[in-house]
Amino acid sequence: MGKEVQILEDVTVRFAGDSGDGMQLTGSQFTNTTALFGNDLSTLPDYPAEIRAPAGTLYGVSGFQLHFGSNDIKTPGDSPDVLIAMNPAALKVNIKDLKSNAIIIVNTNAFDQKNLKLAQYEKNPLEDDSLKGYTVIPVPLSQLTANALEGSAISNKEVGRSKNFFALGMMYWLYNRPIEPTILWMESKFKNKPEILEANKKALSTGYYFGETTELFTTRYHVEPAKLEKGFYRNVSGNEATAIGMVAAAVKAKLQLFLGSYPITPASEILHELSRYKSYGVKTFQAEDEISAICAAIGASFAGDLALTTTSGPGLALKTEAVGLAVMTELPIVIINVQRGGPSTGLPTKTEQADLLQSMFGRNGEAPVVILAASTPVDCFYMAFEASRIALKYMVPVILLTDGYLANGSEPWRIPDPDSLPDISVQFRTEKEGYYPYSRNENLSRPWAIPGTPGLEHRIGGLEKANIYGTVSYDTENHEIMCKLREEKVNKIALDIPDLEVTGDLDADLLVVGWGGTFGSIAEAVQRARKNGYKIAQAHFKYLNPFPKNSAEVLKKYKSVLVPELNLGQLSHLLRSEFLIDVVQLNKVQGLPFKSIEIEERIIEILGGNNGK
Amino acid sequence: MANNESAVSQSEVKLTAKDFSTGQDVRWCPGCGDYSILAQMQRTAPDFGMKKENIVYVSGIGCSSRFPYYMDTYGFHSIHGRAPAIATGVKLANPELMVWVATGDGDLLSIGGNHFIHACRRNIDLKILLFNNRIYGLTKGQYSPTSEKGKKTKSTPFGSVDYPFHPISVAIGSGATFVARSLDREPKHLQAMMSRASKHTGIALIEILQNCNIFNDGAFELYTEKDTKADNVVVLEHGKPLVFGKNNEKGVRLNGFNPEVVSLEDGKFSLDDLWVHDEFDPDPTRAFILSRFIDNNALPLPIGIFMQIQKTSYDADVETQINNIKTSRGEGDLKSLFFDGNTWEVA
Repeated sequence: MGKEVQILEDVTVRFAGDSGDGMQLTGSQFTNTTALFGNDLSTLPDYPAEIRAPAGTLYGVSGFQLHFGSNDIKTPGDSPDVLIAMNPAALKVNIKDLKSNAIIIVNTNAFDQKNLKLAQYEKNPLEDDSLKGYTVIPVPLSQLTANALEGSAISNKEVGRSKNFFALGMMYWLYNRPIEPTILWMESKFKNKPEILEANKKALSTGYYFGETTELFTTRYHVEPAKLEKGFYRNVSGNEATAIGMVAAAVKAKLQLFLGSYPITPASEILHELSRYKSYGVKTFQAEDEISAICAAIGASFAGDLALTTTSGPGLALKTEAVGLAVMTELPIVIINVQRGGPSTGLPTKTEQADLLQSMFGRNGEAPVVILAASTPVDCFYMAFEASRIALKYMVPVILLTDGYLANGSEPWRIPDPDSLPDISVQFRTEKEGYYPYSRNENLSRPWAIPGTPGLEHRIGGLEKANIYGTVSYDTENHEIMCKLREEKVNKIALDIPDLEVTGDLDADLLVVGWGGTFGSIAEAVQRARKNGYKIAQAHFKYLNPFPKNSAEVLKKYKSVLVPELNLGQLSHLLRSEFLIDVVQLNKVQGLPFKSIEIEERIIEILGGNNGK
Repeated sequence: MANNESAVSQSEVKLTAKDFSTGQDVRWCPGCGDYSILAQMQRTAPDFGMKKENIVYVSGIGCSSRFPYYMDTYGFHSIHGRAPAIATGVKLANPELMVWVATGDGDLLSIGGNHFIHACRRNIDLKILLFNNRIYGLTKGQYSPTSEKGKKTKSTPFGSVDYPFHPISVAIGSGATFVARSLDREPKHLQAMMSRASKHTGIALIEILQNCNIFNDGAFELYTEKDTKADNVVVLEHGKPLVFGKNNEKGVRLNGFNPEVVSLEDGKFSLDDLWVHDEFDPDPTRAFILSRFIDNNALPLPIGIFMQIQKTSYDADVETQINNIKTSRGEGDLKSLFFDGNTWEVA
């Protein structure tokens, strides 16, 4: 009481602890409450590859970052303003990411000899001056939680587990958010465990009032709701949005959705989500391997389903030959690659954008495939829908690239009216008269005649097809015609996709061009640099094959083109070869998203630090 | 299983073998055993009780995998080893279709081994025709996973040093519910096996020992030539003892777990002592023993249905689960999907 209240535009908070400390849960509760409060936000979990790494170790640290504000939030934030560290390992792993004057809330009870040793601290960092420059708030979280729950019916172990709710309550107080949404959630989550429910509720509210009464906090922060467009919202991760987008596409195409998939990080959640949606006419098939997963999808497509396979980089490599089969048989199929660090097994839980060239060229023969990329978690919904639209309309395989950062990150989604989504229904061929399996319409797509249709019995396969008739053909000239037709069909899709949009200063010297999941970091960097007086234009590719039809015109207009990407220059490579322009590369392959400051610094460097004037 | 719509109704004109021929030139080598398999399928297909638009043949890569081009139904000549996976997708998407897989020993058991065992495990309703000629034909004569050890081929000029698979053993071990063997040179028997497989619900494997007259000619001579087949082949018939020989003078007796050939002429053993075949035995142990006869030169080669058991099929269970969920929860619409979970309104 009587504490100072400071108004902030935006805040980045990171919760960090052992993978058993419930940090993902704490983070998502804080996120839900913050969303309900009306802030714009963006989140990113960061968890270890090990499922249950030994407690207290550096590699067992699990984190959850949330960036929220009263303004337009584009990324989960470069550097946290606040770190909640549940143990020494969490402090050690995360301190390098913090802002220089960040607040660090630590659970002092966890800073004992054993944990300090596990975290490879020679001395207790709370007792020397190594944390100088930060505002350290030492809270005996374990002890306070135990005191609060004294006499409760639950075991000591369960008391220990409740400390994350104490911390959450404290954070609710600090950032002036209500505890009621979490109480409601607890009442449903623990409805069959009344003792645990009571204990957790008590830990949460005691944490909240501790914030109010303790002298450790002298300031309380307030972040006003953001000015969001009117409507209903929910928070979605990229993988959730992808799954929902595919269901929406199937409904709007009036087809059954078939998913053939093999579990792989970080794509498995799409399989999990779609497996729940059986009442929406979704069939999911967990195959014996990646190859079977796509082959079953191709079989389902032959039989008339909207066919989908989901995977990550190594899985796409395994599916390669089958993608070629889909190209040859001209069957619609959506292939979603949630990219992760490569090559080989690489960094399964870390993000990267290094499968663009694999998607573009990773097949034998001339095998063009449509490639799309989602730019934000919410955009995954729209691009999954778009991938389906294109696949069905043109009878082609479409690869949709997302990545670990989009897949696990989340943001508020303004829920669209289902009626506002376009009808993408297809006409199966039923007319016998004049039917040839490889005749083509104005889009160059062949008729989809599915088994069960009388009179249209035909055979397809991976051998080269005779133009129009679709019978096997070894004719050399026919092969060239067919290769060109398949290429032309994909190229023509450029006429059916939006132009590349340029934002910012259209008359700038510098154009910053990205693709896929780096949109938020680039937009934030561009926005900040422009605020500081630099003139910059920005464009972002969501269609990579074919490129939007105005791409050459846009790219050639600017003196310099900067291409930030999370690989060693894959889009740069394509732009140079496709448009004969040079670009300036900005590459990062650390398994992490760009910090917007990294892009901003490069922008300023290119513009010579003279504000572009 | 076919429902009324996909099945042929009584009033319709019965199809003939000719209706199932595409009229395309068949491009197997003259004298290849595949011709017989195709002919038996075309002859049997009219009796499947299915309209031909509801029958699909899916194949992989190899000589046998050209099969779909010659059947005037829907067909998919896919990629090496993947026919069971493609067929699984076809069947799951539309369970009313009757889906056959045409494949060879390299396609199904080498590159496609994983898909094969998992199709068996799931008991998905596919009928697999395995053209087993114990050689790679299309790549011009390398040994296959069913070639006998020591086989000299282009890739094993000093003889192969690896042991073969027995497809029937693999199928039984993987949980297949209908397992049979026939020969390209036994047209009536092969037709009977195809017909029986067509009536089975769940995975059905027919291993067809098929002669490659170019790269492995005479591999099954012992079982097909007049002089030798009676003494080397035993025809499995449900409820009947295992009897063979030119004059039915020999039988197979099961001594514990050991099968042994006995004479019915020397007065020591009679028909009552012989192994009586039970196709429907729910325990696959005996069928597995039958599948190993091939390892023992003293034992005859069994042909016929090794085992057939009833279990719900994967595709049917998938449908049932979806229907139950739709019944209990109601069919979902997009609005309820979009609003699933925590939502809030910005006014």
